[in-house]
Amino acid sequence: MGRFHRHTDGTVHEHEHPDVRHDVGDHTGYRESGTVRVEVLENLLAENDRVAAANRLDLERAGVRCVNLMSSPGAGKTTLLRRTITALSGTLQLGVLEGDIATSLDADELASLGAPVSLVNTSAGFGGECHLDAVMVRSGLGRLALSDLDLLVVENVGNLVCPAEFDVGEDARAMVYAVTEGEEKPLKYPVMFRAADVIVVNKVDLLPHLDFRMDRFLGHLRDVNPHARVIHASARTGEGVDEWCAWLLHVHGTPTQRG
Amino acid sequence: MCQAIVDTVTAHASGRQVRRVTVRIGHLRQVVPDSLSFAWEVLTEGTELAGSELVVEHVPAVVECAACGERTTLDWPVLVCAACGAVDVRLVSGEEFQIASMDVAEEVP
Ligand SMILES: Nc1nc2c(ncn2[C@@H]2O[C@H](COP(=O)(O)OP(=O)(O)OP(=O)(O)O)[C@@H](O)[C@H]2O)c(=O)[nH]1
Ligand SMILES: [Mg+2]
Ligand SMILES: [Zn+2]
Repeated sequence: MGRFHRHTDGTVHEHEHPDVRHDVGDHTGYRESGTVRVEVLENLLAENDRVAAANRLDLERAGVRCVNLMSSPGAGKTTLLRRTITALSGTLQLGVLEGDIATSLDADELASLGAPVSLVNTSAGFGGECHLDAVMVRSGLGRLALSDLDLLVVENVGNLVCPAEFDVGEDARAMVYAVTEGEEKPLKYPVMFRAADVIVVNKVDLLPHLDFRMDRFLGHLRDVNPHARVIHASARTGEGVDEWCAWLLHVHGTPTQRG
Repeated sequence: MCQAIVDTVTAHASGRQVRRVTVRIGHLRQVVPDSLSFAWEVLTEGTELAGSELVVEHVPAVVECAACGERTTLDWPVLVCAACGAVDVRLVSGEEFQIASMDVAEEVP
């Protein structure tokens, strides 16, 4: 099985077979004639990252800090945001970019609490509903008066896989994790747990009713991400919301006593 | 995710007939090869890429240890040296997410 292959026209092309396992359709040593292999070597996220950089620049110029808020479906992002808007009113002008078409009700409610909301339709295209990418966020930014804002929170689509792969131009990444999700999640979804700067461990009000072993969860979390800050919270009772808001203020650059 | 592959390949193909696309995906990415191949079929249907094959090359997660210098391969998503257990490791591979190559039909002169 040579690395080189002679074609009918006499040209020789190199077969590049790096030391990897072929998960699908192993084609080692096989190629039909009349085919040329073209090296591409392009990062699939290159285009996304270019647009993310443009978003970051626009936000920076407008003096807006941006937090990408991610979680599995229903972990409590919107509920936490509701509390956050109220808690920070008068301190920071918050804006919200919502990546979920099903939550126009949520959006109306967040807006009524005093935060401008930009809804981004993520349903276009196959599998397009599973995350926000930089291009979608860019379209959402266009509908916000950035100069009026201090901090923008992007509520990503509830999904533990795709959102972590896409930079949208944020300054920091936050993840809401609900204690109802089980202790093994960090090991099953390491990309997102590793990407997060802060993990809000939400729904702690339910702990008395669950056999959730917090130390086990925290151990798994430390294994994949030793640096993330952990905030125990309940968006229902309001516990931990102060600490979360202090972190947001820290991201914004506002000096606080608690930091 | 898959749309990004379609877009990039279409741009690089510039009209040539694409038979096979090889993507290289690191172990630490959470891309499931089967769902990617399925999405590829759905997405390319009716396009100039219809009928092309998507090949996923899996790249192992390899770390180099600052303490003992060993290079070890990880199964688990936990970044530790498999030789000595130190956590001060540098990721050598495993985060790849790229289009490696594509096989296009040779132009008949
Ligand atoms: N008990 C309890 N329930 C909560 C808490 N936070 C949120 N919930 C409930 O969990 C459900 C989902 O909350 P949301 O805030 O809509 O979650 P989300 O992450 O925005 O959901 P998606 O945007 O659909 O992914 C709602 O019924 C909330 O009332 C909490 O701290 N404790
Ligand atoms: Mg929500
Ligand atoms: Zn070592």
